[in-house]
Amino acid sequence: MLEIKDLHAKIDDKEILRGINLTVKPGEVHAIMGPNGSGKSTLSSVLAGSEVFDVSEGSASFYGKDLLDMPAEDRAREGLFYSFQYPVEIPGVSMVNFMRTAVNEHRKYNELKPYTASEFLKLMREKKKLVEIDSNLTNRSVNEGFSGGEKKKNEIFQMAMLQPKVAILDETDSGLDIDALRIVANGVNKLKSENNATIVITHYQRLLDHIVPDFVHVLYKGRIVMSAGKELAHELEEKGYDWIKKQFED
Amino acid sequence: MAEDQDKILEEVTGSEYKYGFSSDIETETIPKGLNEDVVRIISAKKEEPEWLLEYRLKAFEYWKTLEQPNWAKLNIAPIDFQDIIYYAAPKQKPQLDSMDDVDPELKATFDKLGIPLEEQKILSGVAVDAVIDSVSVKTTFKETLAEKGIIFCSFSEAVKEFPDLVKKYMGSVVPYTDNFFGALNNAVFSDGSFVYIPKGVRCPIELSTYFRINAMNTGQFERTLIVADDDSYVSYLEGCTAPQRDENQLHAAIVEIVAMERAEVKYSTVQNWYPGDKNGKGGIYNFVTKRALCKGDYSKVMWTQVETGSAITWKYPSCVLMGDHSIGEFYSVAVTNNHQQADTGTKMIHIGKNTSSLIVSKGVSAGKSQNSYRGLVRVNKKAENARNFSQCDSLLMGDQCGAHTFPYLEINNSSAVVEHEATTSKIGEDQIFYCNTRGLSTEDAVGLIVNGYVKEVINQLPMEFAVEAQKLLQISLEGSVG
Repeated sequence: MLEIKDLHAKIDDKEILRGINLTVKPGEVHAIMGPNGSGKSTLSSVLAGSEVFDVSEGSASFYGKDLLDMPAEDRAREGLFYSFQYPVEIPGVSMVNFMRTAVNEHRKYNELKPYTASEFLKLMREKKKLVEIDSNLTNRSVNEGFSGGEKKKNEIFQMAMLQPKVAILDETDSGLDIDALRIVANGVNKLKSENNATIVITHYQRLLDHIVPDFVHVLYKGRIVMSAGKELAHELEEKGYDWIKKQFED
Repeated sequence: MAEDQDKILEEVTGSEYKYGFSSDIETETIPKGLNEDVVRIISAKKEEPEWLLEYRLKAFEYWKTLEQPNWAKLNIAPIDFQDIIYYAAPKQKPQLDSMDDVDPELKATFDKLGIPLEEQKILSGVAVDAVIDSVSVKTTFKETLAEKGIIFCSFSEAVKEFPDLVKKYMGSVVPYTDNFFGALNNAVFSDGSFVYIPKGVRCPIELSTYFRINAMNTGQFERTLIVADDDSYVSYLEGCTAPQRDENQLHAAIVEIVAMERAEVKYSTVQNWYPGDKNGKGGIYNFVTKRALCKGDYSKVMWTQVETGSAITWKYPSCVLMGDHSIGEFYSVAVTNNHQQADTGTKMIHIGKNTSSLIVSKGVSAGKSQNSYRGLVRVNKKAENARNFSQCDSLLMGDQCGAHTFPYLEINNSSAVVEHEATTSKIGEDQIFYCNTRGLSTEDAVGLIVNGYVKEVINQLPMEFAVEAQKLLQISLEGSVG
């Protein structure tokens, strides 16, 4: 469903991604790990459609379509979801209004009729229950005054509402306490099916105890230098990243 | 990236002014120019009593001694006051008995503007006074209101039918000596609306005036006088549009509000005068004096304005809080785009004891426009326990516009509590990107973010107006990114 080939991206002539290859199939969970500055967040925002980076080489196809050729909103409508490491606040815009607009934009793109207010509210109630999000959060403005944990829960709630085919979770575990981590991970697990895939970006093994990956990739200096099963995450947790750094020093 | 922004901003500037048509209505005008004779002609055309003519002449004499002020942060091309027509009226039969007598072209104009003049539409619950060029064309719903003793009619009619009320209150809030454009209005005003709500009456419907400048080279000088007697309530709406013309046209109006004991007046404006083209050619000069006198104890006046039009806006709807415990509130959204300039805000004058005022101003600037908030909070010596809270926010789009805040505080009583908060922000690329990743286009994202930003003000508008105002914002800022 998602096929990334030799992807290079740079910012201000500084190359950050230096040839990424990754294939994601339905039903899979991929974890991308790596030390700070290895390009994890760059990879996810390039895939989501950020214009901050220039893609200089390579391709990414999503269900056969050229992902890199689409504006960010079309990537979302095609079924790509990006959970932000730092979700953005939009004062004065209620979550309800925001989500209703988003969901109906997705429906319009897929030539479906927009939800009526009551259909939408019903959907929202279901999804709120599914991801154990507090009712209060959806009555407030988008992320405004949310705690770190609330923001992350809110991302997962939005993911539940939009029902993506591929979700990229960028350091969803950062800033979460153990309870929030469990809720967020449970949400992700409940949304998992054989038709969708998840890419989890993280520093730590901790999140992967809850969201168990099929593949673990280590990103270092803009390249995936190692790929293996979930046991790799444990190994990294034990040994740290230094042995990788040593091994792949230029 | 920068190119994209330019492109999007370009698109915004390209958005057309929807009300730019002009109507081919037979119009009666007087020659251009301003002198004592012109003042006399206007008064004679309106068949005014002697006292009003004298009032006009006094104002005119005074105006001649004044110079156009230049303290506002505005760049105004010189105005040739001799090059303006001071009176224009659609030719009509002397008496309008029903809508059938109204010029069909005029009716079509109001249809295009979506103004419910037709009797059946009146059932929608808004009483309308329509002022085109210099005269009031038609006031609806008058009889129903009369049953409650409410007077809602054109200003000229009020002069004839209720001279005592007009004489008593006209100029009591904005004297003819108030300011340059105010004095000019007093000399040459042509028509406007008059409202009187008797003691203890809650006006059951929204009252609305629709202003339209149609004729060329014409200035519009209307005035509105609203008197709310003890324990009464009224909500009043004002809308304005003008055709697209290459030259600037002057609009210098006066609005006076008097609120007696425990009376409450809500005055809402959605101002959409023609703003000029994207190169800054043409557009209305909107120089308006609006002031309310909270005369009685516990009276309350609330101004809400959504300013999207005009080449230049210069207005400060104000409250004089004379009665003890009186309240003044000002909610404003001012949007400027292209070459528009706005210098707008309010004055809250605390005179009585335990008075309070609230100011919420939201400026949105795009294109090459300049947008200033200018506000005065004055607490007089004897105004014990005055309370004010001001919040002035500016939102910038692109890097070619300007936002400015000029708050003035004059506090002469140590028991006063005055707070001022101000913020300036840009629509963040991160906010837009966040919306994009949820499937919203950049244009929709900007609309959503701006409407969120101004929500506090829009919420104060009556429902139908709020919906219209939201659409207006979306249209005038479609896709502009900063």
